[in-house]
Amino acid sequence: MSHLTYEESKQRVRYGLVLLALVTLVEVVISLFGKGHIWKGAHGNFWILAICGLLITALSLYKAYFIIFDFMHMKYEVRTLAMSVLLPTLLLIWAIIAFFHEGTAWKNRREQIKEKNEAPLKTSSILQKEDTLRPWG
Amino acid sequence: MATSDTAMKHDVHEHDHDEQHLWEGGAEPFKASYGKLMMWYFLLSDAFTFAGFLITYGALRFSSPTWPVPDFVFATDPFGLSATFGKAPLIFVTFMSFLLIISSVTMVRAVQEGHRENKRGVFIWMLLTIIGGLGFLGCQAWEWTNLIKTEHMSLTRNVFGTYTADGYVLNHEGEKGESFREGESYLIHMHSPGHAAGHSEGHGEHHDYKKGDQPGYVLDDQGFIHHKYVYTDGPYKGQTRVQEFGPKAFGALFFFITGFHGFHVFSGVVFLCIIALNVLSGVYVSRKNGYEMVEKIGLYWHFVDLVWVFVFLVFYLL
Repeated sequence: MSHLTYEESKQRVRYGLVLLALVTLVEVVISLFGKGHIWKGAHGNFWILAICGLLITALSLYKAYFIIFDFMHMKYEVRTLAMSVLLPTLLLIWAIIAFFHEGTAWKNRREQIKEKNEAPLKTSSILQKEDTLRPWG
Repeated sequence: MATSDTAMKHDVHEHDHDEQHLWEGGAEPFKASYGKLMMWYFLLSDAFTFAGFLITYGALRFSSPTWPVPDFVFATDPFGLSATFGKAPLIFVTFMSFLLIISSVTMVRAVQEGHRENKRGVFIWMLLTIIGGLGFLGCQAWEWTNLIKTEHMSLTRNVFGTYTADGYVLNHEGEKGESFREGESYLIHMHSPGHAAGHSEGHGEHHDYKKGDQPGYVLDDQGFIHHKYVYTDGPYKGQTRVQEFGPKAFGALFFFITGFHGFHVFSGVVFLCIIALNVLSGVYVSRKNGYEMVEKIGLYWHFVDLVWVFVFLVFYLL
């Protein structure tokens, strides 16, 4: 099934171990940098945090790719099998966009409600409105 | 004429026979055995379950004005690092990730030995994989125990809150104490009379706390100490405020998602044990299919590692 000799495939496994461990380590370092643990100046900077987040996500996707194609031997399977397993996960892209958007909307709505609850009741404006509208006559 | 006729009839018959053969499972779709194919589709469905959980985490995190900072929440470890250096952000979970990666690598070796029909090799590498899995479960047990017993987090109570602006905490007497920055998290400790040294060890001083609203803190009915603090910035500048519990969802999401993953690891270990015993008893030698069963459980085990990549990303790194 595998097109490598026994020795070659053993070497490939060692390569995989070192690669995954290194990428994980780099991810942790980037994450701690983004939170300001390594350089205090990075703390609270939105753009540093966002770029670090994107980098970590990209590295994680690379790890996922390596595990699926190398360790789970997806690269030796028929292409249609690989597509039938991998393509459906693309649906998640929309799920992520939609739900994160939804989450942000919940937050905005909550803030709106909080603002309205905290605002002092303006009796005068209510009276004014009644004065001007007077739907009953 | 006659001969070609019979030949044609023969062909039709052959064709029918082939179709019959196919309908009865004669050919394997995608040139993969049914077992492996179905394992792939099971893993796909499981990936969607985990994605649902993690996306929920993301949506709720986006919906909260504050969220506990992971490198503050997960800064403890059983090796004494956090006790020596004051904190060890993400070090313990990184160690847990390494354990899973290593056990994934030993699993690949077991599958390779299976292709060579090397029974002893398969068993030894599977045994190492099982040890890695058990190690991971042990670490998770420690992490959960620490969160539940020491830090008093529960499904509905999140003891980790977050400041939304710069400011300073009031000390015991209600005077200006340590300052903090926007986005930093705090842990609401539980007051334990008798051995008050428990968690105030790090500060090197401990007080007796009195119930109710005090100058520097509020001790609630459940025994949690909510310190008072003052913002020096933002819309609440100059106001004295009381530390509140963080967004409730955090605890529930943490226990559900890491618990669901831990359950996968646990069932993986159980299956690995069963298959390792089968390997030892020689069941797969007679099948002569290159230890395909080991390959299938290998797929599952790598998937558990794969999911951890994303749990690690979402819960601890971002």
